[in-house]
Amino acid sequence: MSLFLVKRFITFLATLFGATILTFLALEILPGDPALVILGVDAPDSAVEALRLEMGLDRPAIERYFDWISGLLQGRFGTSYTYSVSVLELLEARLGITIPLALMAMVLSVVMALSLGLYAASQHNKRGDVTVMGVSQLGISVPNFWLALLLILLFAVHLRWFSAGGFPGWENGVWPAFKALILPSIALATVQGAILARFTRSAILETMREDYVRTARAKGLTRRATLWKHVLRNALIPVVTIMGLQFANLLAGTIVVENVFALPGVGRLILQSISQRDVVVVRDLVVLLAAMVVIVNFFVDLLYAVIDPRLKAHDI
Amino acid sequence: MTLLSVENLSVTLNTMGGPARAVRDMTFTLERGETLGLVGESGCGKSMTALALMGLLPETARASGAVRLEGENLLEYSEAAMCRVRGNRIAMVFQEPMTSLNPLHTVGHQIGEALSLHRKLGRGEAQKEALRLLEVVGIPDAGKRLGNYPHQLSGGQRQRVMIAMALSCGPDLLIADEPTTALDVTIQKQILDLIRNLVNDLGMAMILISHDLGVIAQSVDRVHVMYGGGTVESGPTAAIFEHLSHPYTQGLFAAMPKLGQRAKRKDGAKRQRLNTIPGVVPELADLPAGCTFAERCGLVTDECRAAPPPLTSVAPPAGNASSGNASAGIAPARIVEDHFAACVHLDEARARLNSA
Repeated sequence: MSLFLVKRFITFLATLFGATILTFLALEILPGDPALVILGVDAPDSAVEALRLEMGLDRPAIERYFDWISGLLQGRFGTSYTYSVSVLELLEARLGITIPLALMAMVLSVVMALSLGLYAASQHNKRGDVTVMGVSQLGISVPNFWLALLLILLFAVHLRWFSAGGFPGWENGVWPAFKALILPSIALATVQGAILARFTRSAILETMREDYVRTARAKGLTRRATLWKHVLRNALIPVVTIMGLQFANLLAGTIVVENVFALPGVGRLILQSISQRDVVVVRDLVVLLAAMVVIVNFFVDLLYAVIDPRLKAHDI
Repeated sequence: MTLLSVENLSVTLNTMGGPARAVRDMTFTLERGETLGLVGESGCGKSMTALALMGLLPETARASGAVRLEGENLLEYSEAAMCRVRGNRIAMVFQEPMTSLNPLHTVGHQIGEALSLHRKLGRGEAQKEALRLLEVVGIPDAGKRLGNYPHQLSGGQRQRVMIAMALSCGPDLLIADEPTTALDVTIQKQILDLIRNLVNDLGMAMILISHDLGVIAQSVDRVHVMYGGGTVESGPTAAIFEHLSHPYTQGLFAAMPKLGQRAKRKDGAKRQRLNTIPGVVPELADLPAGCTFAERCGLVTDECRAAPPPLTSVAPPAGNASSGNASAGIAPARIVEDHFAACVHLDEARARLNSA
C-alpha cells in the first residue's frame, strides 16, 4: 500500500511539473504584450517599457519560470495584474462556486450513468435499451453551452423556477446558492452522464458473459440478484476509470458553463484572465486545475483497491 | 420413482446461419446413485444438454421434449421455480475453475450464497457450513481459506471450491461439465477421485461430461457417445469399451494416445502416428438429413445419407463373439441388452474393428 502511495505521489509531482512547463511555454508563445494590454495601445512606449521592467518581463524566460516555480513551492501565489491582489485571494470566493458545481455535476452524472446504464443493460436489445441509447447519443452530441441556454429558456424564462444566472453567495443562505448551481450542474453533467451511461451499459453486458455469472445463476440466483450481487461491482471497475478521466472534461466544462450562467467561479476567472493577458493568474489557475485532476485520479486509484481485492494483494 | 428422465430433448439455437439443432432427441434416464457420462468432440452438444437440464440455455435457444425430475417436466417450470431447482436439486460444476468464481467475493461468501438462498441459513450458519464443506472437499487450512479470494487459490483448489459450492445444498443430481479439463494432469486424478467418492458417499446421481474417454471409463456406470447433437452409441461403460460398435466411437477410441507406442519405436518398429478422424464436425445449422457422421465415415453408403439411422440394440454377434474379443483378459461377451448404437452398418463396423 505504501509503495503504491509513493508511486502515485511521484506521478503526481511529475504531472504537475509537466503542467507548469506547458503552461509557461504556451503563455510565452501567446501573442500580446501584457504590459501593452494593461496600459492600452495608446500608451507611450516609455511607459510600456517601464511597466515591462516593473513586471520583470525583460528578464530571460528561464529565470522567470524558476521564480514562478519557487514561489509556488513556498506557497506564494502571484499577484494579478488586473486586480492587484494575490491569486489566492481571487480564488477564495471562486472555489466556493466551482468546487460545489463540479461535485454536483459529478454526482449527478454518476447517478444518471449507473441508473441508465443498468436499465439499458437489463433491457438489452429491447425497446428500453434502444431508447436509452438513443437519448444518451443525443446527450453526447449536444454542446453544453447550448444545453445551458435551452435550460435557461425552459426553467428560467418560461417556468420561472430558477434564475437565469448569477450567484447569490453562500453567506445569504445555502438553499439559494445551491439552487443557483442546479441548472449549471445539469448542463455540465448531461454530456458526462451520457458518455458514462454507455460505458456502464457495455461494461455490464460484457460482465454478464463471464463464467462466474453463469455460476451464480447455476446456484439458483435470479437474474436480478445476479445483476446486483455479481455483475454490477465487477462492471464498475472500467466505469470508475472513465469517471476519473472525465473529471478533466468536467472542469473544462465549468469554464463554458460558468460563463453562460454568469457564475463568478474559477472557470470564469480563467477566461477573463486569458482575455486580459493576466499571465500570473492564468498560469497559477492552470496548475491548480491540473492538480485537481491528478488528485481526483489518485482517489480513483484508491477506489479500485476498495472494489477489487486482487489489487490489494499485488499492485498496491 | 426415476430421478431424472430426459425424453426427446432437443435444443435449437437461432444463429446467423439459421436455426441450428445443437441437441437432437436426447433420451436417457438416471436413477439416484447412478452415474452417466456424455462423451464427444467439442460442439457435439454435450454442454448444451447440460445447460438445458439447468434451464440456463442462451436466450436465443429453445428446448423441446421433456426433462422430468421425479416426474415433473422442468422445461415447463417458470423461471422463478427453476431458480429453486438450480443449486438446490440440480447443481453444476463447470470447466474453468479460473474464471468460474467471482474475483471480488471471498470463497466463504460464494459457498454460503446458495446456502442462504435455498436453506435460508443466516450469515454465521452459512459460513460454518461453508467451512465444513471446504473440509469435505479436502482443502487444507479451510478456516483460513474461507476468507480468501479466488486469486489466492490454485486451480485445483478453486475446482474444489466449485465442488463444495455445488454440493452445498445436497443436490439430487450433480452435473460436472469437463471438471478436470483445465487442470494439471496430476490434479485431474485427485479431482476425479474426489467427485467419484462424494457421489458415492452422498448417493447423488451424476452426469459427467468429458471429451476424455479415459476420464469417462473410470468414472461412470453408463455412457452416451454424442455426435452432431445426438446419441450415436449408448450403454453400460464396460459394454461400450468392450464392443466399440459405432464407427464414430471406434474413431474416438483410436484417436486416444496409448502407452507403449514409443516403446515399439525403440524396438525398431516404425513409429505409429496418432489416429485422427478425418474431416470436421458438421455445422449444426447445416446438418445432413441422414446420419450426421456420414461425411467422415469409411463405411458410408447411400442408405446412411437417406435417413437418420435409429438407435438399435447391439446384440454381440453370436457367430464371432468369441473371436471378436481380440484383447486378452476380457471374458466372452456378455449379452448386453441396453447397449445401443445408431448405425446401419454395425456388422461391418465390428468386423472392420476386429480385423484391424
